[in-house]
Amino acid sequence: MVQFTLPKNSKVRVGKTWPKPDGKNVRKFRIYRWDPDLGENPRVDTYFLDMDKCGPMVLDALIKIKTEIDPTLTFRRSCREGICGSCAMNIDGINTLACIYGLDEVKGDVAIYPLPHMPVVKDLIPDLTHFYAQHASIMPWLETKTNRPAKEWRQSIEDRKKLDGLYECVMCASCSTSCPSYWWNSDRYLGPAALLHAYRWIIDSRDEATGERLDDLEDPFKLYRCHTIMNCAKTCPKGLNPAKAIAEIKKMMVSRVV
Amino acid sequence: MRYVTDRKRAAGKGSAHTGTEHHWYMQASAVGLAILVPVFVYCVGRALKQPYGEAWFFLMQPWVAIPLALTIFVGMRHFAKGATMMVEDYARGTMRKALIITVLSLSYTVTAVGIYALLVISLKG
Repeated sequence: MVQFTLPKNSKVRVGKTWPKPDGKNVRKFRIYRWDPDLGENPRVDTYFLDMDKCGPMVLDALIKIKTEIDPTLTFRRSCREGICGSCAMNIDGINTLACIYGLDEVKGDVAIYPLPHMPVVKDLIPDLTHFYAQHASIMPWLETKTNRPAKEWRQSIEDRKKLDGLYECVMCASCSTSCPSYWWNSDRYLGPAALLHAYRWIIDSRDEATGERLDDLEDPFKLYRCHTIMNCAKTCPKGLNPAKAIAEIKKMMVSRVV
Repeated sequence: MRYVTDRKRAAGKGSAHTGTEHHWYMQASAVGLAILVPVFVYCVGRALKQPYGEAWFFLMQPWVAIPLALTIFVGMRHFAKGATMMVEDYARGTMRKALIITVLSLSYTVTAVGIYALLVISLKG
């Protein structure tokens, strides 16, 4: 059955409160901490930052905390401009990218947790192994049967436009981890991110495996566990709409039988 | 502990190659019920306001009995499929199977009782 309460060893306790700096523009950060080596329950540590000496984004604040206050704080980050998808986390209750989420968008204290309903590796780092394996399972590459052309696979401007709103996905997992269907059935449901990518290859005019791709997705759990809850579209930090892509796949499925 | 690769775990037992028929049925029956349910509410509401004999006479007319029977049948099939999906969402293993059997039994029972009642009203006169 679905678990509505956390197991004993996952109950979050109050953690350490770090010293408050002097300054007029001080802000409070409550950050989820868990270290597998300590063998303790997760905790929420409290940090204070002088915002007059901090960059505008949530990632700036996290880097400042790690650099100047607590070097044990662990999180993923790389490009710091919304391209790599590494710094996806739950900020103020919203799954988003810390590097493009402004501190001014958060009212009051800043609460930062790892992406929900995923195993945690450490602190703000979720284990995305299964998520990536699901992405690999939809064959995210061009499948062709025709002999390779002498120069290149050609595509019209109109067909290329169909990929807009799909190819921009950076696989940050914000959408999948905001989806209740994915929370309860991630072992079998592919989730919005993998399905958006599946649709990206299904409608690529150069791809010749449309039928096989649809065959592989036709499953009560893989595809049809999407109940159009739309959390994915609401949370996507890149402004994409995975729910629409999933609906398009369903329409294609129906057009094959009706 | 099972030494299974991540890819094998993600692939599971593969695609069941089913689900589209269920999806299409839910869409089609939802449209049908959008028409049938208001008719059902009107007919039952009107019958409830009348004396017993007149209500009986009203319900035995074909233009009332047939939409009522259709609403019961389509509504219960819609309920069975929708509730089954809900059970699949939240329950696992034996509990899932038991709940699905319960939901199907309930929907067939309600359908049978409803249709039987309408037949008695319509045929008994």
